[in-house]
Formats: sequence, structure tokens, C-alpha cells
Amino acid sequence: MISDLSIKKENMGAVNFLLHSGKKGLIGLNEIILTLFNGISLGSILLLIALGLAITFGLMNVINMAHGELIMAGAYITYVIQHIFMDYVPPTQYYDLYFIVSIPVALVVAAGIGVLLEITLIRHLYKRPLDSLLATWGGVGLILQQTARSIFGAPNVGVISPSFLSGGLEVGSLIFPYSRLFILGLAIVCLISIYYYFYRTASGRRVRAVMQNRQMAECLGVSTRKVDMMTFAIGSGFTGVAGCALTLLGAIGPTIGTSYIIDAFMVVVVGGVGALFGAVAGAFGIGIFNTIFEYVTDATIGKVLIFLLIIAFLQWRPSGLVMFRSRSLD
Amino acid sequence: MQNTIYQKLLSNKVIFSLIFLILLVAPMLLSDFRLNLLGKFLAFAILAIGLDLLWGGYTGGVLSLGHGIYFGLGAYCMAMYLKLEATGGAIPDFMAWSGMSELPLIWIPFQYPILAILLGVIIPAVVAFFLGYLTFRNRISGVYFTILSQALVIVVVTLFIGSQNLTGGTSGLTNFETLFGFHINASSTQTAFYWITVFILGAVFFFSRMLVKGRFGKVLIGIRDGENRMRFLGYNPSAYKTFIYTLSAAIAGLAGMLFVLQVGIISPTMIGIIPSIEMVLWVALGGGRGTLIGPIIGAVFVNTAKTGFSESYPEYWTYFLGILFVLVVVFLPNGLTGLFEKWNERRKNKNVSNSIRVEKSVS
Repeated sequence: MISDLSIKKENMGAVNFLLHSGKKGLIGLNEIILTLFNGISLGSILLLIALGLAITFGLMNVINMAHGELIMAGAYITYVIQHIFMDYVPPTQYYDLYFIVSIPVALVVAAGIGVLLEITLIRHLYKRPLDSLLATWGGVGLILQQTARSIFGAPNVGVISPSFLSGGLEVGSLIFPYSRLFILGLAIVCLISIYYYFYRTASGRRVRAVMQNRQMAECLGVSTRKVDMMTFAIGSGFTGVAGCALTLLGAIGPTIGTSYIIDAFMVVVVGGVGALFGAVAGAFGIGIFNTIFEYVTDATIGKVLIFLLIIAFLQWRPSGLVMFRSRSLD
Repeated sequence: MQNTIYQKLLSNKVIFSLIFLILLVAPMLLSDFRLNLLGKFLAFAILAIGLDLLWGGYTGGVLSLGHGIYFGLGAYCMAMYLKLEATGGAIPDFMAWSGMSELPLIWIPFQYPILAILLGVIIPAVVAFFLGYLTFRNRISGVYFTILSQALVIVVVTLFIGSQNLTGGTSGLTNFETLFGFHINASSTQTAFYWITVFILGAVFFFSRMLVKGRFGKVLIGIRDGENRMRFLGYNPSAYKTFIYTLSAAIAGLAGMLFVLQVGIISPTMIGIIPSIEMVLWVALGGGRGTLIGPIIGAVFVNTAKTGFSESYPEYWTYFLGILFVLVVVFLPNGLTGLFEKWNERRKNKNVSNSIRVEKSVS
């Protein structure tokens, strides 16, 4: 069995490479800014991954543990498209476009996989969340991982970042890598478009109606079946985009999803179910605290501390940061 | 007449006796290698009983994807003792490599066998108690609890890999020699381990059965079917859940210790995410989820299949595991025992309808 965590460590290593290049002990303004930037950067990665989950898990309350494998799909799509460009596009200025092309492709393909999954499996398990968790995690997740392993091989593969994202923005003595800024920007764009869709379009309004009161929405002529499928497709699609972005951070492998899925769920659990704002707060909260803990101690102890912090946080807010008060008992 | 014989044959008591008989004669029929495998599967079966207590018909809804960790904590406790006995009290080689000269504080209690065995049950129980208390107290349950239990796996495995100088890192602990002076690889010792495992399996099984057949089990079923109702009746579901979770972790620790004795190695990949999921599959497949006998069958069946696959087609095991998972969850929510019960029921109904028909024709 391939160690699930070695990849994680690599990715996390990429996340924190800036951090450890800094000198310890001497805490100046620069260090604080850098740590904060790293925290925000990690937060934006978590947000990007958790956005899809905030929709399927947060809004629909459907557990899809194969979410991590959609990240993987997005990452491998970027890899494949890069190779197509390598073979068919001469190394001109257009070559770098592969990355721009792969984002919408990842969105569409991941959404397609999501819909397929919803129709064949998850739809039948809406009322059985734990079973849905098992079927998607132990079943679909493992199958997709093994499929990736058969196609691309077990070792990690690298995607060469496009040249316009190499280097960084220099501010004084600080360097902010373009790839990190790009991910931050991508997360913000995704967030805004999701917000726009849910709160400013007729279709998004229908989705919210179904989430809030399924029977009533159905009575008013909303096709809940269609809405479920569409919401699932959107959630899955954005997850594919997240996978695409992860290729900027390091090598990708069949278990890349496994290493991120729990973090993503943590974001949603901490943020509170059913609100996008919760996911944003959860992502940046976990990102910043994680970076600070890892700065003060090391990567291993930092992980333990963040877990303890989450448990402690849930003592204070058992249903997450943003919660809807209701007097109903289940 | 024939039917009643059938029913008697298929009743639980007969199944128990049958399984017991098979386990009894197994050492005579199987080679040392196979017997060792069976012993390993039975250690898994012990864990599966614990998991079934938690997730099964009792307190249904508490699904732990973190039992690999409790299993692992037990296993590491035993392994640390075995390692120290193998080195004769000197510090293990991997510690020397990372430049340590004295036995670290955490390892000191594990010089003493009895203490090590006790800690192998106590440590998992304590960890489970804290996680269980802090989550059930806030009525965090269902999927949320499952995800937290999974996060625990990641945290502990990262910790074990990260603290190379204390745990041996990714390669884990191995190269054991003796236990109480007996060579652990000798076939007579391994046979003894097999008997110990069978005995503990029986003990755990009957203890759990006693627990759930009594009043305690009834409360657990009440909590499963209507947690709030039980709360209004004056029971404290959180306490019950915490207790059963702690108990199940202790059982997992016990299983882990038996595992190490028979397999001779423990490493983080054996206790991580994938093994933790597999454990749930044993219970789901053997099923009945709450029959307590189902998980034993499930654990042995899945692991036999796994060994069979790994011997001939290792690369297809994951596919098989995945497909099995989906099929069991979607089509066999009550596992093999459920299927069996359904079949039994149908036959019984058929008899009833037959007798009704007979009565009608007579009148």
C-alpha cells in the first residue's frame, strides 16, 4: 500500500516552503506578513477544495467521500492536457495556454463524473448518509484511485507550471509567488461565481428553495430531482477546478484526494453547514492557524494541535461557526 | 417435520457450535502458515465485534472510521515491549540511528510485560474516551462524528510517521524474538497464540452478547431508534455512547496486541485510512450489524478473499474491495447474515401460507 501521507507531506511541504526558508527566532514584521500570507494561501487552497463540498455536503447534506477523487480527476486532466499540448502545440507563446484550457475542461469533466455518480449511486442513498459515506469512500473512491493507478502509474507525476506563473511579486524584501496569488484569485473568482449563482439567478433560487424546504418547493413546481442533479454537478465541477489548481503546488498522485478530503470536511464542519460564509471563515481560520502552529512547532505537532483546536472549537460551537437556530428536534 | 429440523440446523446455537468446532479442529487440518493466517483473521474478528457493538444494531449511527488507530495503539504497545525484549533492554536500533542514547520516557513502562499489556487496552480506551466524551457531549453525531474519527486517523498516523525516533517511522516496529522467553516464531508458540486468540474471541463475544442482551442493550437500541426520546425519559445517551465507544476501542487494542504477536510487524500503513475502512467493511458485509456473529464471519471472509487475491492478482484487490463495498451497501444493507435471515423468514412464511392452505382445504 502506498503511504497516503507521504504525498500529503510533499504537498504540505510545498505549501510551507516559504515558511521554513525564513529564519526562526527572530520575529520581525516581515516574518509576520509572510506567515500570514502563507496562512491565507493555505486557506485559499482549502477554500477552493471545500467549496464543492460546501455545496454537496453543506447545502444538500449529501455525503460524497469520492470528492477527493474528483480533485484527483481535475489534477490528472491538467496533466493530460499538458501532454496533449506538448505533442501538438509547438513551444510558442501559446503553449502556456494549456493551463487556462484545462480549468474549464476540469470543471466540465468533474461535473460529468459527479452527475454519473449521482445518478448511479448517491441518489439511492440520500436517506442513508452513513451508507452513502461508505459506498462513496470505500467503494467509489478506491475504485477511482485504482483506476488512476492503472492508467497513470502509482508514482507521482509532475505538471510543469506555466511560465507566466513562475516567479513572484516582489514587495520590498518579500516575495509572493505568483502561483499562490493565482490560487487565491481563483478561489475568490469561484466563490463570487457560486455566490452569484445561488443568490442572484432564478436557478440558484430554486436550489436554495429545495434545500430549505423540499416538500414546499416540490409543491410549487420545482423539479427537485433536476435541482439535486444540477447542484451535485456544480459542486463536483468546482472540485475539479481545485484539482487543477493543486498541480501548481507539487506532484500529483492517485491518493492526492485522500490527503485533502478530510481537511476539506473539517472546513465545512468548522464553518457550519449551509452557508458559504461559514466555509470561507472555516478555510481561512484553519489555514492561518495551521500555518502559525507549524511555524511555532513543526509540521507533525502542528497537525495534532489543529485537530485539538477543532475539537475545542466544537465544544464552543458544536454545529459550526454559522448555524441556523431552530427549535426542531430530529 | 423436515422443516423443523432445517430450522434447528440453521438456528444460532448450531451456527455457534459449528464455528467453534471449526476453530477447534483447525490446528489439526491447517499448515502452520495457514493457521497463523487464521489466527490473524480471528484477531481482526475480535476488533469487528467491538466495531459492531458501536455501529451495529446497538447505538447505530456511531460509525467510527478510526478504529485502525485503536487497533494500532494496542499493537504498538505490544510491539514496544517485544522490541525491548528483543534488544535485551538496550535501546532499539532506529533510536540509535537518530542519535539517542537513553530510552525515552514514553518507552520506559513498556519494559514490563504486564504493564505493556494493560496499557495496550488502556491507552486506546483513554483516547477514545476523550474523543467520545468531547463529541457526544455536544450531540455531535452521525456523519460529523465519522469525519472527526477519520481526522483522528490522519493525525495519529502523521504523528507516528513524524516521530521517527520514537516509533520507527514508516517502517514501524519489527524483528521481535521472544515473549516471556518463548520464541515467537516457533510453531508451538504460534499455535499457542492461536488458542489464546480463539479464547479471547470467545470471551469478547460472550461478554458483548451478555452486554447487549440485557438492559444495557435495550437502552442502546432505544438510543438508536430515538435518541431524543431516551433523553426525555431520563437517560443520558451521551454517557452510553461514550461508554460503548470506549469499550469498542479497548477491544480494538486487544485485537491489535494479538495481531502483532502473530504477524510480527506493525507499521503506520497497517493502521491508517484504508485499513480503517476495511474494518468497517468486515462488519458491513458479515453484517446483520448487531448480530455480533456476522462481523466474525465478515472479518474472516473478507480477509480470506484478500489473501486469495493478493496471492494471485494483487492489483485487482482494490477493485474487488471497492465493488464489494458498493454492492454490500446498496444491495445488502444487512450483510450476509441479513440475507440469510431474510431467506429463513421467507421459508417460514411459505410454511405458514402452506399450512393455511391446508387448513382451508380441510374445512
